Amino acid sequence: MDKGKAVMGSGRRWAVDFTDNSTTPSSRDIPDPPGFYRASQEQDDSAVTKQKKDAEANWKSQKAWEVAQAPFKNLLMMGFMMWMAGNTVHLFSIGITFSALWQPIGALQGVGKVFEPYKDSKVDLLAPKLVFIALNLGGLALGIWKLNTLGLLPTHVSDWVSSLPPAKEVEYSGGGMPLR
Amino acid sequence: MGKYLITLSSEGSILRAWNLPDGQMWWESFLQGPSDSKSFLFVPTSSKADEDNTILVFGKGSLHAVSSIHGDIVWKVDFPDESFEVQEVIQHHDSNIIYVVGFVGSSQFDVYQINAKNGELLKHDSAAFDGGFSGEVSLVSKAKLVVLDAARSTLLTISFQKGEISFQKTYISDLVKGFSGMAMILPSKLTGLFAVKTITATTFISMSSEGQLEVVDKINHATVISDALSFSEDRQAFALVQHGDSDIHLNVKQNHDWSSDLLKERIKLNQQRGFVHRVFMNNYVRTDKSHGFRALIVMEDHSLLLLQQGEIVWSREDGLASVIGVTTSELPVEKEGVSVAKVEQNLFEHMLKVKGALMLASAEDLAAIKGMGLRSSEKSKMTRDHNGFRKLLIVLTKSGKLFALHTGDGRIVWSLLLNSLRQSEACENPTGINVYPWQVPHHHAMDENPSVLVVGRCKPSSDALGIFSFVDTYTGKELKSFGLDHSIAQVIQLPFTDSTEQHLHLLIDTSGQAHLYPRTPEAVAIFQLEFSNIYWYSVEADNGVIKGHGLKSNCDGEVANNYCFGSREVWSIVFPLETEKIITAITRKSNEVVHTQAKVVADQDVMYKYISKNLLFVATVSPKASGDIGSATPEESHLVVYVVDTVTGRILHRMNHHGSQGPVHAVFSENWIVYHHFSLRAHRYEMTVIEIYDQSRADNKDVWKIVLGKHNLTSPMSSYSRPGVTTKSQSYYFTQSVKAISVTSTAKGITSKHLLIGTIGDQVLAMDKRFFDPRRSLNPTQSEKEEGILPLTDSLPIIPQSYVTHALKVEGLRGIVTVPAKLESATLVFTHGVDLFFTRLAPSRTYDSLTEDFSYALLLITIVALLVAIFVTWVLSEKKDLSDKWR
Repeated sequence: MDKGKAVMGSGRRWAVDFTDNSTTPSSRDIPDPPGFYRASQEQDDSAVTKQKKDAEANWKSQKAWEVAQAPFKNLLMMGFMMWMAGNTVHLFSIGITFSALWQPIGALQGVGKVFEPYKDSKVDLLAPKLVFIALNLGGLALGIWKLNTLGLLPTHVSDWVSSLPPAKEVEYSGGGMPLR
Repeated sequence: MGKYLITLSSEGSILRAWNLPDGQMWWESFLQGPSDSKSFLFVPTSSKADEDNTILVFGKGSLHAVSSIHGDIVWKVDFPDESFEVQEVIQHHDSNIIYVVGFVGSSQFDVYQINAKNGELLKHDSAAFDGGFSGEVSLVSKAKLVVLDAARSTLLTISFQKGEISFQKTYISDLVKGFSGMAMILPSKLTGLFAVKTITATTFISMSSEGQLEVVDKINHATVISDALSFSEDRQAFALVQHGDSDIHLNVKQNHDWSSDLLKERIKLNQQRGFVHRVFMNNYVRTDKSHGFRALIVMEDHSLLLLQQGEIVWSREDGLASVIGVTTSELPVEKEGVSVAKVEQNLFEHMLKVKGALMLASAEDLAAIKGMGLRSSEKSKMTRDHNGFRKLLIVLTKSGKLFALHTGDGRIVWSLLLNSLRQSEACENPTGINVYPWQVPHHHAMDENPSVLVVGRCKPSSDALGIFSFVDTYTGKELKSFGLDHSIAQVIQLPFTDSTEQHLHLLIDTSGQAHLYPRTPEAVAIFQLEFSNIYWYSVEADNGVIKGHGLKSNCDGEVANNYCFGSREVWSIVFPLETEKIITAITRKSNEVVHTQAKVVADQDVMYKYISKNLLFVATVSPKASGDIGSATPEESHLVVYVVDTVTGRILHRMNHHGSQGPVHAVFSENWIVYHHFSLRAHRYEMTVIEIYDQSRADNKDVWKIVLGKHNLTSPMSSYSRPGVTTKSQSYYFTQSVKAISVTSTAKGITSKHLLIGTIGDQVLAMDKRFFDPRRSLNPTQSEKEEGILPLTDSLPIIPQSYVTHALKVEGLRGIVTVPAKLESATLVFTHGVDLFFTRLAPSRTYDSLTEDFSYALLLITIVALLVAIFVTWVLSEKKDLSDKWR
């Protein structure tokens, strides 16, 4: 993921592009130098550019798949951590469980962003996206399962009933032994 | 008597001698006689400590002579006539003849002469007087008695020593001008002088040796006289205390000389103490060899004052030893505004503090600073605190005085001798019954002061007319008081309040009619809404009957008004008198708060508690076993306990303890009862717990139904729906005998409960309710252990650390009152007996607040340090980022 970003130059905040790709001479103040024909150059490069674009699309789809499969490693790691944390409620296990819940949720929220760099008309991103989502959902399920084993999910009657106040009584009766 | 103190107790059957210097009991002897009678102790005045003297005791219908050295009974005389009532025992210094005088019936006077050495009956004279006697006797001289006749209008002088009995009649109207009505002889032991009290005045009458009566003085104020005190060779003095307008006059006079006073003092007195009831005196020798006197006076409110040289040397509120009713009141809310006077006061206090800091303060200033520190200390402030620890304990004592005690330091904030509970023409012998919270303002009636209701009755008998008195708890002033036109058998606090937050009370009189208070149309309107759902029950222990009553709209009797309601009998439970006798009947505290109806047991399962306020726990014993422990064999004694629904009279639970007997002390809280009784078979005390669970709700086990609200758990519950219940019960041995049991109560009922057991050693033991759990078993499973169930043991452990009173003793412990604080984890415990004890408990530790020794400074420092660290690292990281970018 990071690698992909670096390649796309998103690591820099700003940059000055000294190469000028604009094709219309009218938009430029400076006239082209003598002997330089803009149109002929474009036609010469078109074959090379196409080849380049294909390579990029390939590379993009490959990367997208890589990104989509990344949560799987995470999942395994989480499972191991959860197994290590044990089934008693304490700071460590709660921390791990909540991070296990939070990570997939965060990832799911940013699905679009994660795959943004690989957006291309030629690349089909649906399959990697689905895989990514499925894996994250798996992570989420793992977190919830852990939460349940910790006894933090309200799945029992007792969890719902305890908050109910005692029933009101219709009748009222007082009295006792006569006062002495 | 010398260095021994002789006491006669237990209705004249136990005589004990105590060593005065260290309070050890020297000897003890049991006196036996044919019948119960008035008891009477006579110690010869001339006894020297070393000699063997005989002490004369009249008790159990016979006269005993007891040796003063070792307490052996030297001789014993049974009087031939069983109804003989001894009035006086007279022995002269150097004669062996004891005169015993008394009455038989109401009109026969008897004198017995008894040989002091061997108890031989020497002579018996008797004479009858047809006017009758009225009981009070004043021994005026060695051979003369003064008695009033039955009509209390004639004085009779009886002389008996010359071998014959002669009566001499004197009409009081001859002595006292304008006398009418009844007279009373004041109890005193003066020679040649006695006092007669009439309605208007107290008259002192002297008697000459010939028996001539002469009026010495007449005092119009309330007067009390002391016994005579001999302070030097044949000089006797007595003290006379009379009331002035706002002060009392103490006169010490010599016996023979009425006109002159040995001492005349005038003492300013707080009005809240009432009249002087008794006076005792004592003399000391001043440095100039003259005689000084000091007097101990007992006031109407049972307080003690020592008077010396015209001043109150000390005073004690001993009325607090006989508390009969306790309630609590909130303190005022802290006011936001600051008055000018307060600012000045603050400035002054500040100046003083500065002075103190600069070491310029004088001793007086230092004392003032110290006092200020005490006053402003957090604990004893006169305002409400956030946690609800500071409250006023409103305490009603037997003398009819109301005290407000501050829970912070136990000081008396105000005290009030209730005028309505003092003797008056309308009410001759009023007694207080109890004190109830009347108006507890919160929400919309915040600007009114809270008040309490003191309920009393005119006479100690149950059919006497009732008295109401309302007292403002902030100011300690009586708001109003009035006599009721009916008697009071029961006071029922209804769970309703009117718009001014006054609690509705239903008073039941002895004829079974219900009277509603406060008497306002609004209260009746509120009451009418719930009219058909209000019931009351009465436990008649003597008849062995428990009756339930409903209400009718009209009174039957002559006093028909809108606030009076008749009652109809709904149910009754009759216990056979020959096999069962009611000894205890208790119910839940009406103000108890229960947080939840469910009890979560092992494996997240749920049991539903049967929580009803209309339950009554009744314990009965076989009549043979109703006496002391040991008076019945295990075969003939049994204890039966019942749990009764007081609306329908349905018996929910019945259990028979064979071979057990009372006394039964019990406590009822939420859905459980714990009671203490004695097992004759095991020769040990036992404590038993009963828990009641609701079977009709037990099938609410589906999570989804509950999540969606399809359950009957919050629907109102009626006793007429006959809910099925199951009970669980378990018994344990307990090593101590018990005086009172109570349970902690908290604001929301979330905190776990502790039982507070007042032990025979006058201490309070706190025991976790977990010890009294009928689900305890010998080998609890893992999940049960997780739930907190303790393994079953046959006896309950007494952990010395769990004594709430620590090393202190609450002498003569009678009751334990628990009050919830605002903080959920805390409960306030007030224990009263002869001593008063107050403490704050946290049954589940203080889980909802930081302890007092928590270091807030450390917390603040940590937070500040963390903030600084965050800021510093942020700056550093920014810098590093920047330098990274420039690279």
